[in-house]
Amino acid sequence: MSAESATSAIEARNLTRRFGSFVAVDHITFDIRAGEVFGFLGANGAGKTTAIKMLIGLLPPTEGEAHVAGFDVRTQRLEVRRNIGYMSQRFSLYPDLTVRENIRLYGGIYGLTDSEIRERSSSLLERLGLSGSAGDLVARLPLGWKQKLAFSVALLHEPKIVFLDEPTGGVDPITRRQFWEMIYAATARGTTVLVTTHYMDEAEYCGRLSIMVEGRIAALGSPEELKRQFGAASVDDVFVQLARTTSEPGTAA
Amino acid sequence: MTNVIEVHELTKRFGSVTALDGVSFDVAPGEVFGLVGPDGAGKTTLFRILTSLLLPDGGQATVLGCNVVKDHWAIRARVGYMPGSFSLYPDLSVAENLEFFAAVFGTTVKEGYELIAPVYRQLEPFRDRRADALSGGMKQKLALSCALVHRPELLFLDEPTTGVDAVSRREFWDHLAVLKSSGLPILVSTPYMDEALRCDRIALIHDGRLLGVDTPAAIGKRFTRPLVRIAGSDRYGMLCALREHEHTASVNLFGDSLHYTDSRPDLSGDEIARDVTSFLDGRGFSDARVEPIEPGIEDSFMSLMASEAA
Amino acid sequence: MNSAALWAFIVKELRHIRRDRQTLTILLFMPLVQVVLFGFALRSDVRNVRIAFVEPAPDAATVALRNRFAATNRFRVVARVRRMDDVEPLFRRGEADVAIVTEPDFASHLSAGDTAHVAVIIDASDPNTGSVIRNYAQAVLAAYEGDLTENRGATRIITDVRMRFNPTLESVNLFVPGLIALVLTLVSALMTAISLSREKERGTLEVLLVSPLRPWQIIVGKVLPYLGLAFANVLTALLAAWLVFHVPFRGSVPLLLGESVLYALASLALGVLIAALSSSQRGAMMAAMLATMLPSALLSGMIFPIASMPRWLSPFTNVVPARWFIVIARGIMLKGIGLPYLWRETLVLIAMALVLITVAVRSFKPRLA
Repeated sequence: MSAESATSAIEARNLTRRFGSFVAVDHITFDIRAGEVFGFLGANGAGKTTAIKMLIGLLPPTEGEAHVAGFDVRTQRLEVRRNIGYMSQRFSLYPDLTVRENIRLYGGIYGLTDSEIRERSSSLLERLGLSGSAGDLVARLPLGWKQKLAFSVALLHEPKIVFLDEPTGGVDPITRRQFWEMIYAATARGTTVLVTTHYMDEAEYCGRLSIMVEGRIAALGSPEELKRQFGAASVDDVFVQLARTTSEPGTAA
Repeated sequence: MTNVIEVHELTKRFGSVTALDGVSFDVAPGEVFGLVGPDGAGKTTLFRILTSLLLPDGGQATVLGCNVVKDHWAIRARVGYMPGSFSLYPDLSVAENLEFFAAVFGTTVKEGYELIAPVYRQLEPFRDRRADALSGGMKQKLALSCALVHRPELLFLDEPTTGVDAVSRREFWDHLAVLKSSGLPILVSTPYMDEALRCDRIALIHDGRLLGVDTPAAIGKRFTRPLVRIAGSDRYGMLCALREHEHTASVNLFGDSLHYTDSRPDLSGDEIARDVTSFLDGRGFSDARVEPIEPGIEDSFMSLMASEAA
Repeated sequence: MNSAALWAFIVKELRHIRRDRQTLTILLFMPLVQVVLFGFALRSDVRNVRIAFVEPAPDAATVALRNRFAATNRFRVVARVRRMDDVEPLFRRGEADVAIVTEPDFASHLSAGDTAHVAVIIDASDPNTGSVIRNYAQAVLAAYEGDLTENRGATRIITDVRMRFNPTLESVNLFVPGLIALVLTLVSALMTAISLSREKERGTLEVLLVSPLRPWQIIVGKVLPYLGLAFANVLTALLAAWLVFHVPFRGSVPLLLGESVLYALASLALGVLIAALSSSQRGAMMAAMLATMLPSALLSGMIFPIASMPRWLSPFTNVVPARWFIVIARGIMLKGIGLPYLWRETLVLIAMALVLITVAVRSFKPRLA
């Protein structure tokens, strides 16, 4: 591990993924600093999902390399996964298990001891105000609670980096803000957060952003820098300037 | 001309859950009416009752003058409906999907082409591609084309832009504007507050109740307290600091800034701004810029939600 | 009625079937594979019975008897021993299935007109096989005895058992009609249930419901393509049975196909009913397996004769459509009989189809929930 990567939570160098002749991710290079909230934006089909899959070790890159928490995503996939948390809008918790059963399951998967699980789950439930619902099926929880719980569970094993894939889709404006305050609280404790979102006001919440267009990173910087660079009033305008596509990308997102 | 949709005290329960609780509103001819609210608010249930897919437990509703309980066959031939989830056949091509839905309504793609052309033209280069190989934005456009191909008199769009990127969402709303200009009334739901601005009128919906029905501008004006915007480099730090401020009524993240209201009822916006600036300065946030602003829909929605919960 | 809409629906359905290559391949080859599997593996007739002879004194009559056994294609002579004790190890090692023991003075007893004794010892660890072997052995002995008495011109009652319609007792002949029922059930009930519940799960049914299509149009559009597929499967199964096992076909083919359509209609209606009642593809699949496949295989008389079921169980078989169809199919194929003999079973099938179709159309609501 180099001295530089000690402060980089994620390092990607010319990371590339091809599917046949289609280049889903095309030589992307970026660093994400430890403790940063990094917004990973792009239109549907721009290559975000493929890039994230490579970073969490689910998909081997065709070219280039990436280090996550200092580990090579190509050769040290197990170490990578031990040091990250993942949560998405589509899949987060098992709806047919109770709140407590979900927490136990994830604690068990990440090798926490019984006493650790007991301790962390009671403090987690208390923080979320869910102590009274520990025995409820997750399916019964309102969406906002579900997402907050899923995020807390993704943090249960105290990972260095959490990947959040559209964590707030369809959530009401008050709960969305509570969710973001949880993200900030996690970064204040040193966790690094990589987040995707379609809400452009949420893009403004990020410390830095990258915007992917057709497999490449078309812009990277803080929201303020990007707005200045593109002479735009909001990140939304920057995004539209960059990503307004005239042609359909080669395959689905 | 009479309203295209009239909903009066509509109620729907699923077991012990009340999905809709005394909902009333009207949609005028040629109007784009937005139902704005989070998932689980009751939007989909309302759409299903209006498209005659579900029976209400209480209240009345008419669509194009037809009763949603008794005249369901009359309604079904005359409206276009795009459900919340992607509901086309993934193993059929773009053209096959469109032709199928045209035939189901007893028409052809040719007859409906004029209306769908602005949307469908972008899809035509991919007419032989399977629907499941389309990107999110393209899928939405195909679904819209399928809902329009029989030239309906009223369009129901349940969360057409969910899961779609910001650019495709804008394009989609541009298409709706074109449709509106042809006189087609549209009832559309969305969880995105910014899309509410593209509607003629909106209803804010939360937990099965309407929190307000009005034009977007008028909804914003329902927020009557002075509101200030706070910009600065460490927004989370300022947020935490202001939570401890004794006069804080509410403080929320809002894009690149914070929105703040004060608990003292007689202070003006400028007075509040000065007070907050000095408070933040005392806490070491010397780069904070505070200014009074006009509230928007999201401010209104959040305050209405909070007062509903209280 | 809007026939263009119905036609478009059928075309759409055919496209689904054609593009799901994996399922289509399975559906097309299944009847073939099943005929072969049932034909070879599940047959209850016994061949290559290993027979041992215990001959204390192999005289002319003993040899004649042995040759008689060896001449059938059922028995294979594996041992000839002198003493009874020598045959015991053969049974223990599983090298012989049956032993024929003749007494020392077999030939002289016979020629003297006395009673000659033959013992037949059978390995009955599988009782079914054991009793089948006994029947074969007795048949051979009876024939031998018959020859003897005939040669001597004496008047004696000769047992003459004739196995009608299936004289060689080929069990494959019995299975093929049952198999047709099984394949029809699978394609009709299971596939319709899956494909209809898929529309539900994907949300496409929601769009179809908010259209002028009436529920019966959706059902007909769904069902017709599968009826065609079922028809093709019946033909494949018949062809395979005829080519591979030379299963006879004595009756009218059009009649059998007509009865198959009737049976398929009942199954299709059952599939629609199952899809209407279940909320997911997986649920529909499990329900279809339980409600159609199992009874069709187990309670129809296809494998287990209804006559040998416990008395309390046999009334239940009457509500299984496959039970009636199998009687009809066996009648047409093996006996070559027609409607004059099968009208009762046909009426039962018609009644079942009508009831199921009515219930299915009723259960298919023009609304969600």
